[in-house]
Amino acid sequence: MGDVRLMKGNEVIAEAAIRCGCDGYFGYPITPQSEIMETLMIRKPEDETGMVVLQAESEVAAINMVYGGASCGKKVMTSSSSPGISLKAEGITYLAGAELPALIVNIVRGGPGLGTIQPAQSDYFQAVKGGGHGDYKLIVLAPASVQEMNDFVDLGFELSFKYLNPAMILSDGVIGQMMEKVELSDYKPRWTDEEIEKISGSWATNGKKAGGERNISTSLDLDSAKQEVFNHKLQAKYRAMEENDVRFEKIACDDADYLFVAYGSSARICQKSVELAREKGIKVGLLRPITLFPYPTKQIQEMLGQVKGILSVEMSAGQMVEDVRLAVEGKVPVEHFGRYGGIIPTPEEVVEALEEKILGK
Amino acid sequence: MTEEIIIAGFGGQGVLSMGKILAYSGIMQDQEVSWMPSYGPEMRGGTANVTVILSDDRISSPVLKKFDTAIILNQQSMDKFEADIKPGGTLLYDPNGITRHPERKDINIFKIPGAALAAEMGNPKTFNMIILGGFLNVKPIVKVENVKKGLEKSLPERHHKLIPLNIEAIQKGIDSVENVQVL
Repeated sequence: MGDVRLMKGNEVIAEAAIRCGCDGYFGYPITPQSEIMETLMIRKPEDETGMVVLQAESEVAAINMVYGGASCGKKVMTSSSSPGISLKAEGITYLAGAELPALIVNIVRGGPGLGTIQPAQSDYFQAVKGGGHGDYKLIVLAPASVQEMNDFVDLGFELSFKYLNPAMILSDGVIGQMMEKVELSDYKPRWTDEEIEKISGSWATNGKKAGGERNISTSLDLDSAKQEVFNHKLQAKYRAMEENDVRFEKIACDDADYLFVAYGSSARICQKSVELAREKGIKVGLLRPITLFPYPTKQIQEMLGQVKGILSVEMSAGQMVEDVRLAVEGKVPVEHFGRYGGIIPTPEEVVEALEEKILGK
Repeated sequence: MTEEIIIAGFGGQGVLSMGKILAYSGIMQDQEVSWMPSYGPEMRGGTANVTVILSDDRISSPVLKKFDTAIILNQQSMDKFEADIKPGGTLLYDPNGITRHPERKDINIFKIPGAALAAEMGNPKTFNMIILGGFLNVKPIVKVENVKKGLEKSLPERHHKLIPLNIEAIQKGIDSVENVQVL
């Protein structure tokens, strides 16, 4: 076994960043994710791997530092919680528009506005449907354990460089603040200048080569015809993500009559609800989307011949449930159950909601 | 084996660190563990609680409503969590400051005078380890040697000289549990 520790999800994000060869972190503190930058500051990776860690003067500055680093082909990241992500939204759509790879971590808290510092999943729309302006998509990963907080940092960078598109880890205060056993990844060295040239030389703005063309990092094109062609290219990229990089997990689905669909911390709660419901003789399974974009639409559709009803469980007033309904197209009843504003549902409450809303008891 | 535990008391009593040491001990014997604190704008003297789960299998929800064991260290926590123990489950509490003793008839109840023993040892900081010892008497789910290994792994080197005192406190706790109601 590798390096096994007991760590908070937030601390693990920081540790995983250092170990995966991240070049720079730019952030601004906000609860409940402050341990990410705090851990990085304590670890001082600049001494160890050369990774830069900087507390910017604001969220807007931090995301634009990310844009700068990403433009040079560097592995760069930022993190925040809901209100801070709203401030970063402009920079995020610019990254998507300039086709730049970067990792953004959102440890969601209850909103709207400044809201509460307690956990929520009410930023699903913001992460998956937009947040910033324009027709763009983020690759959105939803970890459900501290181990996945470790694993998805590396995966997020991998996917964002594969598609030249920003990736987001969408988590919340439950996974961020809790400690679990985690096996940390082995160290990967940061890319050398030669490696960056090989991987990203065709677009990274690292200085014009003699006889070559300038690389320009921009999301601006005033020629509408060209902008439409560019938009077609983006859409083709999003379709390729849907084709190749949907990730999900099925739990107790083989004999299920009913289905929970839940991601992140809600999926953990639903795992317990599956156990409790089955003790009562209700055969329910759980489909856990791991990528929220691209969404496991097909995988939900594959369950339709088998299940009689679906309960979408989220810590929001009902956001992901819209994507479940789009997948189901009215073929079986789909209901939503959620607690929000920082309240975490109990596994028992979820079972009661299943009985009331789906089984009609 | 899965053991779902809530530890609840005042901030400053070492509730969270006791949970952490218990979780680390679980890792030392190759178990899955989770440690979920109540977090918020809390301060010294406020209430603090943590849900700790040790299991031989993958852990489902880190957030729970019903517990196998509740370790209760103040009156507010008694009022809040006594009802949340599973029938046949276990309540361990320190009677110090408790004005309303537990009333459930369908659970096992044990007392440990942690605050008094810590004062006797001349070090109030040993309180949470005495309580942990009490828990290990009632539910020997982790071995004391694994607690020691957990302390070695979780404490910075400069604090390792305190490990023998902590082990002594755990032993004192193991030896000082009083049965109140055993089903």
